[in-house]
Amino acid sequence: MTAGAVSVSLLMVFGVLGLITAKGMVYFWPGDVLTAQYQAKDGIKTQVIGEVYDDELVPIQRLRDAGETMAIDSEFVKRLLIKTGNRDISGSDFRWVIVPRLSEQTTPADMVVVERREWGNLYGRVAEVREKGKRITNDGNIWAVFQKRVDRVNDIFSSIRVLEKGEIGKINYSLEKLRLAEKRIALTGKSDPDAQAKINQQRKSLEAEYKHLEDQLKDLYKQLQRDTYLIEVMGGKVVEQPLAKVVRAFQPNAMSTLDKLGHYAEKVWEFVSDDPREANTEGGIFPTIFGTILMVMIMAVLVTPLGVIAAVYLREYARQGPLTRTIRIAVNNLAGVPSIVYGIFGLGFFVYFLGGSLDQLFYPEALPAPTFGTGGIMWASLTLALMTLPVVIVSTEEGLSRVPRAVREGSLALGATKAETLWRTVLPMASPAMMTGLILAVARAAGEVAPLMLVGVVKLAPSMPLDMNAPFLHLERKFMHLGFHIYDVGFQSPNVEAARPLVYATALLLVLVIVILNLAAISIRNRLREKYRSLEH
Amino acid sequence: MTSDNGMTHAINMDHLQRERLRLDVETEEIAITVSDLNLFYAEKQALRDISIKIPKNRVTAFIGPSGCGKSTLLRCFNRMNDLIDSVRIEGKINLYGENIFEKSVNVADLRRRVGMVFQKPNPFPKSIYENVAYGLRIQGVNNRRVLDESVEKALHGAALWDEVKDRLHESAMGMSGGQQQRLVIARSIAIEPEVLLLDEPASALDPISTLKIEELIYELKSEYTIVIVTHNMQQAARVSDYTAFMYMGDMIEYSDTNSIFTNPEKKQTEDYITGRYG
Repeated sequence: MTAGAVSVSLLMVFGVLGLITAKGMVYFWPGDVLTAQYQAKDGIKTQVIGEVYDDELVPIQRLRDAGETMAIDSEFVKRLLIKTGNRDISGSDFRWVIVPRLSEQTTPADMVVVERREWGNLYGRVAEVREKGKRITNDGNIWAVFQKRVDRVNDIFSSIRVLEKGEIGKINYSLEKLRLAEKRIALTGKSDPDAQAKINQQRKSLEAEYKHLEDQLKDLYKQLQRDTYLIEVMGGKVVEQPLAKVVRAFQPNAMSTLDKLGHYAEKVWEFVSDDPREANTEGGIFPTIFGTILMVMIMAVLVTPLGVIAAVYLREYARQGPLTRTIRIAVNNLAGVPSIVYGIFGLGFFVYFLGGSLDQLFYPEALPAPTFGTGGIMWASLTLALMTLPVVIVSTEEGLSRVPRAVREGSLALGATKAETLWRTVLPMASPAMMTGLILAVARAAGEVAPLMLVGVVKLAPSMPLDMNAPFLHLERKFMHLGFHIYDVGFQSPNVEAARPLVYATALLLVLVIVILNLAAISIRNRLREKYRSLEH
Repeated sequence: MTSDNGMTHAINMDHLQRERLRLDVETEEIAITVSDLNLFYAEKQALRDISIKIPKNRVTAFIGPSGCGKSTLLRCFNRMNDLIDSVRIEGKINLYGENIFEKSVNVADLRRRVGMVFQKPNPFPKSIYENVAYGLRIQGVNNRRVLDESVEKALHGAALWDEVKDRLHESAMGMSGGQQQRLVIARSIAIEPEVLLLDEPASALDPISTLKIEELIYELKSEYTIVIVTHNMQQAARVSDYTAFMYMGDMIEYSDTNSIFTNPEKKQTEDYITGRYG
């Protein structure tokens, strides 16, 4: 019975993981690009170019009902979902085709997939590369020149990014601080010419610096616009496209398995280390991983002392009676409150009340724009800390009650006070139990989405909560979260079909992040357990 | 009842007996005076009108059947009974003339002066060194050299130094039961208490370890006033200078060990010692 239940559970766990992995990980594999002739109902043949994305069997009757006239004698017809890309040219990314209408299926080696910064993928044949409108390629070197130019574009882009995110970001941050400083002086009602002069001077120098950087930036953007390329797309149409929009281009049909593996690794790395593009449906999800981990860590830092102090009070100091019993019942019930309720509480109490008061007191210069009076990573962490507080309290209490009486008496008999005994002996011995509580807390918090939507998670955060501008950790900033990202990409995205594998990949990553956080906590706990092995022989 | 290690102790016993012939409480310097002590667990009385004088630098043993209150009495000396909510105490215990139940007495200070070793070894899950240094660290001693010296001295005092000097920083949990119990004694004497309370210190140990503990007690009495609770009458006879026999919360007889074991005044004492009950 038990063995059966265990194996069924294991099977389910691995089944889910396997499904997520399989669905998510194929996304990065470069599939072959198919070209074929498709005969429409009116008999006109058009060219179809794209990746086979999905297939399904459809009963012929359904197609007949939809007006299918072709003579097919099987009961089911295979239908393919082809990702044709070229959204800017043909209007949609995907197309369903039924196999019997396809003919002349080939996978030419020179078919190119172009990943772009806008409008999704482009499929076609690169015909020509142009520099300032002049053709610079001959028939033999198109692909080599094209690749070289793409590399150049990407180099320029990375310099632009360094400039924008790094130095210009820093200057903007300083300018904003100056603006606030100025407003603060104005709010005091007294004029302070010295300080004002200083601010003006600083602003002048910053603006000069900014001007200089802006010129550099303009120059870089101008360089970007230099090259264009001609590409022959579906239906034989040739279009001219700016090279600046190309992220990467490859010829999957010509790639060996080894090349594909390399490409795969590169894509996976991009996924975990890069910023999202195109309404989160392309690029990486690094900010979400970062946001999730940072939030969980801040939560752990907040919940541990709170929970431990509460447990120590309840177990060691409070007189056991109706009051402590009531508190315990309340704590246990808190664990069962739906998380969205915590979200609403967080929004009402932390964000509006606490945050609003903080803004009034410490950031009046920024008003009416809120600083802490809006969702942020601090409030999100605090809300989750509150939500996971019960598990930490309960397991810490458990740990405290398991510390043998003999050890406490041994410490007291040496002249230690109760507090000293707690601090030097009992708490260290109860630390594995605290870690157990923290593990449960992390497991619950890392996957939580509902309350976060109310207290600080956003679809796209302009800047990370941890960066190089002092004071480095910006607790008031909004952040991105893996769980919310799944919801957003999967259900709020304009292009659901394209985003679906991304949802699986993100889910896999969320599971991985939780597993890693848990494993880290478990290994710390095991080390502590080894260290404070109990006295029971 | 035969002694676990009667042979080894035969010579020692001879020496002890000769010395004991001259003992008399009235001529001793007194460390602890208990007068009219009554102790209640909620409504149940556990100690009844106990009065006893415990002489300095001697070993005093409390014997008696289980539940007679000898451990309870011992735990009064360092106010360990304070930890139990329902306990109520009447009467006085004077430690060198000062009543330890006085409100002005700091319990932590009292416990520094009156050390205690429990029935089961209870080392902290720390290194051997840290176990011994614990009491000193509580007192705020953090100077490495002072700690090193005190730890070595205490471990020498507990006859443990030679066995552990090469693994001072290993966990105390890896030691044998006997070693752990001597470590606990070392831990107690590291803070140089005036009185050492031993609550059946050898009852959880094997014969060899018991022997070592008994030898240790004999050596420690030149520096400490020792009060020991034991089930084992042979042990009481071997290590103690004075013996008190308790029964059902009453102190039946208290005298020098020699008299109690050879010539008890009370019938109950004689019955217990000769093994008729208990």
